Amino acid sequence: MLIQDGIPTREDLSRVLPPESRLAKGAVAIAECFQNIPCNPCSQACPKGAIQVAPDINATPQIDFDRCIGCGICVGQCPGLAIFVVDMTYSEDTALVQLPYEFLPVPQPGQIVQCLDRAGVVQGCYPVVKVSGGKKNQTWLVSVAVPRDLAMEIRNIRVGGEADA
Amino acid sequence: MIRDVEILVIGGGPAGLCAAQAAASLGAQVLICERDYLPGGQLVKQTHKFFGSERQYAGTRGFQIGQKLIADIAGNPRVELLTEATVLGIYEDGIVTVLYQQQHLKIRPQKIIISVGASEKFLAFPGNDLPGVYGAGAVQTLMNVAGVKPAQRVVMVGAGNIGLIVSYQLLQAGVDVACVVEAAPRIGGYLVHASKLRRAGVPILTGHTVKEAYGSDCLEGVTICRLDESWQQIPGTEQEIPCDTLCLAVGLAPLSQLCWQAGCKMAYIRELSGHVPLVSENLETTVPGIYAAGDTSGIEEASSAMVEGRLAGYAAAAALGYQPQEAEEQCRMARQELVELRSGPAGEKIRAGLAKMSKWREEQATC
Repeated sequence: MLIQDGIPTREDLSRVLPPESRLAKGAVAIAECFQNIPCNPCSQACPKGAIQVAPDINATPQIDFDRCIGCGICVGQCPGLAIFVVDMTYSEDTALVQLPYEFLPVPQPGQIVQCLDRAGVVQGCYPVVKVSGGKKNQTWLVSVAVPRDLAMEIRNIRVGGEADA
Repeated sequence: MIRDVEILVIGGGPAGLCAAQAAASLGAQVLICERDYLPGGQLVKQTHKFFGSERQYAGTRGFQIGQKLIADIAGNPRVELLTEATVLGIYEDGIVTVLYQQQHLKIRPQKIIISVGASEKFLAFPGNDLPGVYGAGAVQTLMNVAGVKPAQRVVMVGAGNIGLIVSYQLLQAGVDVACVVEAAPRIGGYLVHASKLRRAGVPILTGHTVKEAYGSDCLEGVTICRLDESWQQIPGTEQEIPCDTLCLAVGLAPLSQLCWQAGCKMAYIRELSGHVPLVSENLETTVPGIYAAGDTSGIEEASSAMVEGRLAGYAAAAALGYQPQEAEEQCRMARQELVELRSGPAGEKIRAGLAKMSKWREEQATC
């Protein structure tokens, strides 16, 4: 359970995942933010006004998935590193997961990295497709192309040690 | 020689820097005495992005907030900052003594803002005096201020925000974090901090404690075990974890010595984590002209400390006659910000503590 081990449950996730119909349309942000804490930079960051933290800053963010264009600006802004962008339309058999990353070395596009789930278990090694952000606030946005059935599992990467996986 | 100053701010952390900036913005002359060689308090080693709202610089990393607060006062002729200046005492005649560059300074301030922060709590267990057993703050200072990799393999005790954040920073520094051990049945810090640690592969063991630390000349490992519902160790659940560092993040206690010495009425308020001075809504203690802001008056996030600093700074300047109307408006806005920061479930404990505080204040006023 999240409050005991830091791992959100299926039930927690069911409250924040976009509907299948929206996922089928392309990249969309998912805020895995389940606790009422005083924080609202995500709503300030969104250029489309798609993220609401209301009525006050202790509310959890609500993403209007129809307004969200999956740009990923909120991913780099969230102080809790709790927002991800998933694009299920990336290719026929892979999905793109964009996640916040704050470790060195920063991976390069094309590099194969370990991909971890929410419990920190390595689920496989997949290629980095895009790396952006980083310079301004030191949070890098790393996009990895993963099998579609892992798109809702992969939430971290580890650089190095790929040979052991 | 006695030096006269309008407002003396003791402690140049988030609360003190904001207090100085606020008071000076209304026209008051401020002297800040900071004990460390760097101003900024704990902000200098906070490499994570802050929570809160734009007004508390949310989304900006702590050390960058510190740099900003220092830059804000740097060019201000009304603010003077002394570093490595340790306030030694507040005397009955209002004189404050300071140790600065091997000199014993005597200062006569019209108002004092005490914003000296907090100290780390310790934990009793066999072996806690072995080299390698640290407070989390020390590890964070070694790592983020001194640039020293403090360990190879760490066991962290405490899953509050400090334990979770320092564990994450240890990972960033290339240190292996074996696990986070938390005696309570629930994670105390923000769950987003817990989740980012967990998905990096660090187990968070709630309902566990350190039974003992072992090693011949220095720490070689710790034995942890499970706790039952009444916080008693469960025999047979022991687990040995080899590590060279044990990091304690088991809470903070307000540094209230100067408040005691100045004769402020104090109260033990568990929810505020210790003995705190009774303060008014504008953070004035029961000694007129002495204010307390930040962790000194109750352990909270740095976001709240900054707002409290501002509140005390405006209030102290107003009491000296500087732009009282503008000050009143600024104080009102700061109090509103604090209400908002504390309004959610995360602020429940603080709200309970502050409710006790105002009850004590009322009783104080009637007797």
